[in-house]
Amino acid sequence: MEDLLREYLPIVIFLGLAIALGAILVLAAVIVAVRNPDPEKVSAYECGFNAFDDARMKFDVRFYLVSILFIIFDLEVAFLFPWAVAFKDLSMVGFWSMMVFLGVLTIGFAYEWKKGALEWS
Amino acid sequence: MTVAAFTFYAFAVTTLLGGLMTVMSRNPVHSVLWLILAFISSAGLFVLLGAEFVAMLLMIVYVGAVAVLFLFVVMMLDIDFAELKAEMARYMPLALLIGVVILMQLGMAFGAWDYSEGVAERLAAPAGEVQNTAALGQLIYDKYIMLFQLAGLILLVAMIGAIVLTLRHRTNIKRQDILAQMYRDPAKAMELKDVKPGQGL
Amino acid sequence: MISADIQTVLPEIVIALYAMGALLAAVYTSKDEVAPLLTWLTGGLFVVMAGWIGYNGEGVNVAFDGAYVDDGFGRFAKVVILLSAAVVLVMSQEYMSRRGLLRFEYPLLVALAVVGMMVMVSAGDLMSLYMGLELQSLSLYVVASLRRDSVKSTEAGLKYFVLGALSSGLLLYGASLTYGFAGTTLFSGIVEAVEGGASIGLLFGLVFLITGFAFKVSAAPFHMWTPDVYEGSPTPVTAFFATAPKVAAMGLFARVAFDAFGAVTGEWQQIVAFLSVLSMFVGAIAAIGQTNIKRLMAYSSIAHMGFALMGLAAGSAFGVQAMLIYMAIYVTMNIGTFAFILGMEKDGVPVTTISSLKMYSKREPLRALAMLVLLFSLAGVPPMVGFFGKFYVLRAAYDAGLAWLAVAGVIASVIGAFYYLRIVYFMYFGEETEALDGKMSPVLWVSLMASAAVMVVGVVNLFGIEPLAAAAAATLVN
Repeated sequence: MEDLLREYLPIVIFLGLAIALGAILVLAAVIVAVRNPDPEKVSAYECGFNAFDDARMKFDVRFYLVSILFIIFDLEVAFLFPWAVAFKDLSMVGFWSMMVFLGVLTIGFAYEWKKGALEWS
Repeated sequence: MTVAAFTFYAFAVTTLLGGLMTVMSRNPVHSVLWLILAFISSAGLFVLLGAEFVAMLLMIVYVGAVAVLFLFVVMMLDIDFAELKAEMARYMPLALLIGVVILMQLGMAFGAWDYSEGVAERLAAPAGEVQNTAALGQLIYDKYIMLFQLAGLILLVAMIGAIVLTLRHRTNIKRQDILAQMYRDPAKAMELKDVKPGQGL
Repeated sequence: MISADIQTVLPEIVIALYAMGALLAAVYTSKDEVAPLLTWLTGGLFVVMAGWIGYNGEGVNVAFDGAYVDDGFGRFAKVVILLSAAVVLVMSQEYMSRRGLLRFEYPLLVALAVVGMMVMVSAGDLMSLYMGLELQSLSLYVVASLRRDSVKSTEAGLKYFVLGALSSGLLLYGASLTYGFAGTTLFSGIVEAVEGGASIGLLFGLVFLITGFAFKVSAAPFHMWTPDVYEGSPTPVTAFFATAPKVAAMGLFARVAFDAFGAVTGEWQQIVAFLSVLSMFVGAIAAIGQTNIKRLMAYSSIAHMGFALMGLAAGSAFGVQAMLIYMAIYVTMNIGTFAFILGMEKDGVPVTTISSLKMYSKREPLRALAMLVLLFSLAGVPPMVGFFGKFYVLRAAYDAGLAWLAVAGVIASVIGAFYYLRIVYFMYFGEETEALDGKMSPVLWVSLMASAAVMVVGVVNLFGIEPLAAAAAATLVN
């Protein structure tokens, strides 16, 4: 346990520093900065008009398709990590099972390519 | 308090806070950001357990991809969240009651927890000096090959499903046909005319 | 060793390879135009695989260190799953092509779902159970919302997905508690671990697991997704939901109950009996007010799951045999009924209201008669095969000392008979309001008539299914 923590000590220190720095910058603005709000200052400004509606608009569903296809390949890559790390201890079965796995997803890739899911328009 | 205990509590509290704020915050985009905080701190918890690979998975898959997807979904939907919240408030007492009951039951299960006889022999052998990513690598692709291939099939189904349900082939737009572009040659595309001076075409 | 393992799972591998090959072939050729051909091909492959598994399978083969068990029980369930999936696929072809719903991915998603189901009923490990279940469910979520421009169909898919994900979560939580107690995910290890008695923690695990299964078989009180999903999905998909996945989920339920928790029968028996009673009554009573025949079939399936669970609740080999027979009969009845529902249309538009059936017998006497036989069978009226299914589970429950459960079953089936007979009344008496078209594709007609004929002819010896189910049950319960 202690060994493990020592191994990760740089990251813990880094995290601590990052949090501390972030907190200091935010708090400094709260403590030091001069604040003198009035209604005109805090109102949203859009070329001299009041904001018409919510700034958030509907996204096209194609963004979603792209990101879900990304997730699938992201997961595929995640499976490659232990395979690569344990590569020298792997049996032939282990090697070929990864090849089959990649083959299955390549079939999926060929499908989505031909289907036109990777084209934008 | 040892350093280990301190780190554990720091991450545990952050995870809980992140989870709570995911549910409580008014702005759905903030919810997603709180969710990312919860993911990151649970990744920290996994590191404390010595499961570095799972921690990494949490970072690259959940924080890197799933959270982005959630953001898309939140932005894609044009939902009046205030109305939704009001609807939810109506069911809050019942939901709270069920939550408390489940919590009590789980507390009971945790309090009266014991292991079966001979659990030690049945447990998979400890990996020893091997790092956990390598240990996983030795198991997943060999012993659990069937599960691994099924996972591949599940990913394939997810791919087909996403395309079947969302992809629309738009007509009446111009598409780029790369092959047609490449196979075009000047002989077919251009016509050279020798224009005599003073005559025009 | 790996070659022997692959030998054992060869049917699954063949179907998965077929699905991938067909996917590529279809997308690189004429896309949706080959969909009808693919549908028939997939159906044919299912039948071939069912024959292969049924005739070639022998003994108990354990593959992948116990993660996959190929035994008589699994083979029985697989044959039922494959045959029913084949018939439903073939039935759906004409209906879906005419409405432009038949995309070439549909038969392939069904094929992948069937691979998942085959893994489910052969699971020997909590992890392979989960992987099979997810493969099946994920494909089903997609086909449920296949009609993506219809609000109801997408609602059905979404509802199914959200509740399915919830139930998967419960199941995983139960699996993790079980693993924590036993120290292994193998069923053979769990059964060893629980022999010394179950702790409270394990009981929680067991209850969570059963809750997950109850969601999947749509047993009350975890049934609320069923009517909406059945109503919203395209009718052929509904027909599919009502048949093969139910057999798979029930097989999985029995597999876990006996293979993993066979030593503590008493612990899960009461939960299953409770689920059974509740499902039978909810299914019977809630169906009475329905006006849509697809919703009615949803409640009917809930009630039928209650009866099948009664066989499981008996906790004996005879109980499992009764459950298997019941599921086989249930699937046959549902195929016929859905063939009838798929043929209900007016001016090319599908109609699913019950009142549209008024005086149906005048126009289509033969079809009305077939439906009458099927409805009587669904209700469990004596000379039909459906009665024998109910009789077996009731006797199993009675033999196991659950006389109260058997009595409740009889009462529920009497209540349930009311709404089946109401349809019969509409078909033969009632006032004619809107006339349905007389057209029906030959495939549907043959399925409807064959299924109705089975309900009558099967009375002789149930087509010899009884000894097969007994042998299958004996491999599970010992």
